[in-house]
Amino acid sequence: MFEFITKLFGGSDGSKNKAKERLRLVLVHDRASLSPGLVAALEAELIEVISKYLEIDEEGLDVSFDEGDDSVALIANIPVKNVKRKI
Amino acid sequence: MGKVIVITSGKGGVGKTTTTANLGTGLAAAGQKVCLVDTDIGLRNLDVVLGLENRIVYDLLDVVEGNCRVRQALIKDKHFGESLVLLPAAQTREKDAVSPEQMVELMAQLKEEYDFIILDSPAGIEHGFKNAIAGADQAIVVTTPEISAVRDADRIIGLLEAAELYDPQLIINRVRPDMVRKGDMMDIDDIDDILAISILGVIPDDQDIIVSTNRGETVVMDKKSRPGQAYRNVVRRILGEEVPFMDLQERKIMHWFKRILSGEAQ
Repeated sequence: MFEFITKLFGGSDGSKNKAKERLRLVLVHDRASLSPGLVAALEAELIEVISKYLEIDEEGLDVSFDEGDDSVALIANIPVKNVKRKI
Repeated sequence: MGKVIVITSGKGGVGKTTTTANLGTGLAAAGQKVCLVDTDIGLRNLDVVLGLENRIVYDLLDVVEGNCRVRQALIKDKHFGESLVLLPAAQTREKDAVSPEQMVELMAQLKEEYDFIILDSPAGIEHGFKNAIAGADQAIVVTTPEISAVRDADRIIGLLEAAELYDPQLIINRVRPDMVRKGDMMDIDDIDDILAISILGVIPDDQDIIVSTNRGETVVMDKKSRPGQAYRNVVRRILGEEVPFMDLQERKIMHWFKRILSGEAQ
C-alpha cells in the first residue's frame, strides 16, 4: 500500500537510478580506455610488485578492463615463468 | 585584458549556442564588453539565435585570411551596440579552414578590446573543437541530464584537461523539474556525483526559450522567465558573485505532502 502511494506521488523507484548506474559503468570503461597512460602505469607497477615474488614474462603481460552486464573487472593475464625460492 | 571562455559539449543539440547567446547578452547587460565568436564553420547558428542573421557581411574566415579588418566583421547587437558584438562563422567552407594558431592570434587581439570573448564551439571532438579551445582561458561544458549527453560531457572534460584547460565548469541544461520530482531525471546532485566538476548553473527546460529564439531574442532579457533567471544567475557567478541554485521544484505542496508520507518531515 505504501509503495503504491509513493509510486503515485513519485517515489524513489524512478528510472534515474537505472540511468546513474549505467552511466557509472560506462564511464569506468570510457575513462580507462581514454587514458592508455593509466593502463601503462598500472602495468609497470604490477610488474614491479609481482616480480618481488614471481619471475614473470613481462612481454606476455596483458592488462585490460572487461565489461560485464552489471560490473567492470580488471583482467590481468600474467604468465609466470618461475616461482622464486626465496623472497 | 579580457578573458576567453569556450562553451563546449560532447553531444550536439544540448544548447551550446543558446547558452553562448544568453551568457553573452547577460554579461553585456551587466555592463561588460562582450564579443561572441561562432566557431562552428559550415553550421553557422549563433547569428540566428541572436537575431542578427541579416547583418552579416564578413565572417571569421575573412578575418583570419586577412580579407577584412576584425572591426569590419564584428556585428553589433540590436540592444547593446558596441558592448555586444558577434563574429559569425563562415558558412561555405570546411571546418579545417581555420587553424588553432590563427585562433590563438585572433583571441589575443580581441582580448585587448573586450572583457569577455565567448566562443561557441561545434559539437564533437574533431578539428573544430580543437580550434575553439586553442585560444581559450576557461571552458564551460554544457550537458542535458540524459545519459548520452553526460557520458559525452565526461569525455570532453578529459580532453579539456589533456589540453591543459583545467577546472572546466558545467551547465546542466533542460532540466525538467516534474521528471526530477518523479525520480525519472538525474538532478544536480546525481550529475555532480558522477562527473565531479564544479557546477556553474542549472537551466530549467521551458517553452520561453523556444519562443524567444523564434523572435531572435535571448531569454536572459526576459525578467519573468525562469530559464532567464537561471541564466542571469550564471552570469553573476561568472562575475564572481556567490548565488545559490534556483529551487526548480515549483509544486511545493506536492513535495511537502510526499515528505510527510515518507516520514521525512519530522
